[in-house]
Amino acid sequence: MTSKGRQCVQLVLALGFGLFLAFSFLVGFQPGRKMGQIFGSTGMTMLGLLPCAFVLIGLFDVWAKRETIEKHLGEGSGIRGYVWSLLLAGMTVGGLYVAIPVSCALASKGARLSVILAYVGFAGVCRIPMVLFEISFMGWTFTIVRLAISIPLVLVTSWLLGMALEQHGYCMEQ
Amino acid sequence: MVYLYVITAGALLVSASVNRTKTVTALKLAAKRLLKILPAFITMMVVFSITMTLLPQELVARLIGRESGWWGVATAAGIGSIVFIPGFIAFPLSAALLKQGVPYMVLAAFTTTLMMVGILTYPLERQYFGRTVTLVRNGLSLVIALIVAVVIGLVFGELGW
Repeated sequence: MTSKGRQCVQLVLALGFGLFLAFSFLVGFQPGRKMGQIFGSTGMTMLGLLPCAFVLIGLFDVWAKRETIEKHLGEGSGIRGYVWSLLLAGMTVGGLYVAIPVSCALASKGARLSVILAYVGFAGVCRIPMVLFEISFMGWTFTIVRLAISIPLVLVTSWLLGMALEQHGYCMEQ
Repeated sequence: MVYLYVITAGALLVSASVNRTKTVTALKLAAKRLLKILPAFITMMVVFSITMTLLPQELVARLIGRESGWWGVATAAGIGSIVFIPGFIAFPLSAALLKQGVPYMVLAAFTTTLMMVGILTYPLERQYFGRTVTLVRNGLSLVIALIVAVVIGLVFGELGW
């Protein structure tokens, strides 16, 4: 399916869902009302994050110099590239739905593929606000063990995957 | 949540005071990209709210409880891959499940897949990475989550050596 066709389907789905919710609230259909409440609370919270995330990405785009990103995250940045991606990921808010657009912005500024994949992985593993929550609810041991296992694994898998993809001439969609 | 708005506003102000044209360009870029990704995002939210409504909470507790063992880990990894819960809800939820006797191992599988594997974010991720890379990345993340679960199980003595 073309991306335009897919967007049409998604739009129809969203409209249908909206109508269903409106109908449920009118006639008092309980499951429909519950869906509406969940959609309202979680969806709106995340929808509120998105504009900020995209404005920050936009600012990054106009201000970050290609040479700077290339130097720190590009070819030949070595292990430092991964350290930078770990720090960036720590400061990322939201989840994959924010990390993926950010990784695209990094790619367009010349970051290398392994580092981008590591960033997406790290963003799942060690976002600072998330880790703080985890420590307070699950305890230090749980958090430290989880980080100690997942960070090296993310590092190794993204390094291998990035190398394999580059050999196949893979290029991210911009 | 609020601090993100403060940071964004601050960054915009600094940027605008240095160079207004560049800031306007940044905002236009932001709006264009946001509109492009919005349909995929809303689809994800629709599917999320339907799933969360149709899945009874008691069933979840039974599937991943104390006696569930490996099935519990597998189920938790499956649920974590599908559902989409922000961290500030997921960790209190996990702590509540822990009190009800759900093992650490199962919760590790749940929280790790929750953060790293995204079946619902698939349409979004595919737009950027393409289908193959999206599938491989999520597959590898699932494996990482299972390894984390096993090690957590060993550390907390939930698995015999």
